[in-house]
Amino acid sequence: MNNEFVFVGIAIVVGIISIVLSLVAIHNKKLSVAIIAAGIVSLFASVLYLLMAAPDVAMTEASIGSGLSTLIFFYVLNKIKRSDA
Amino acid sequence: MLKNILVALVLSVMAYMFYNAYSSYETRTELTGMSHHFASKGAEEVGAANLVTSIIVTYRGFDTLGEVTILFLTASIISFFLKLKSGDKEKIIRRDTSELLVTASQLLIPIIFMFGIYVFMNGHLTPGGGFQGGAIIATGVALMIMANPNISLNHNVIHWVESISGVSFVIIGVLGIFLAGGFLDNRMFSLGEFGDFFSAGAIPIIYSFVGLKVGAELSNILNKYQKSQKEI
Repeated sequence: MNNEFVFVGIAIVVGIISIVLSLVAIHNKKLSVAIIAAGIVSLFASVLYLLMAAPDVAMTEASIGSGLSTLIFFYVLNKIKRSDA
Repeated sequence: MLKNILVALVLSVMAYMFYNAYSSYETRTELTGMSHHFASKGAEEVGAANLVTSIIVTYRGFDTLGEVTILFLTASIISFFLKLKSGDKEKIIRRDTSELLVTASQLLIPIIFMFGIYVFMNGHLTPGGGFQGGAIIATGVALMIMANPNISLNHNVIHWVESISGVSFVIIGVLGIFLAGGFLDNRMFSLGEFGDFFSAGAIPIIYSFVGLKVGAELSNILNKYQKSQKEI
């Protein structure tokens, strides 16, 4: 019972942090900050999946959501910046 | 103003629908239908210690074939739109890479590759599988590209690995029709002892091909992006 309480506590904290970071990702003027915030949201989502006993989904989310897509966003951001200037 | 009212209207309708769904929701205390069959008979029928893998590769193997096809289409479309200009191939990037990154990449890249291969070869025993392992391998390739911006990955190797893995996946699926119960049936090889590395019939082979294919496709996308960067 005590263990379950800790799980719910971690889940609530992680959920609140992800909501705050998603708002940062939407409202921040600097695109690089927004990309990093979106990547961290994915990382916290993978923690939530792990808490809900879905390690397979958590691995996919951590490697693709917060790893590869963040990287690809940065590549695209760099490409767009240079062509605008 | 009108726009805000419309947005509020849509949101309230959605909130009403979600509230209805939530208020009539009852927690199920036991598995029903297909999930009951998977949970009770899955280990015995497929022989994979990781039930998720046995569902993804065997029971819903056709969906996995579709997912691999979608990923292939995505990679093709990205390659189509990121056309390289004539000068892109010979250009040299003179931006200095940090020494920390170069040193760390020499240590980490082999370990990342090994971990990716471990993840997709042990997909039938531990969490993870072809898609996750392939993504981890692509992360290693990304680190390699970032540490040495002027490295040129061999396109032919990537394309051959990807094509051969894709074709082998389908061939193994078709073999299942002749040697076992149906398309992508994993019982064409002996199921082995439950929990061993050589167990679960064709699942480790299929998942290794999926892992190689996904890894090659994602590496190809990253390589394309690196090559089409404008900075010199």
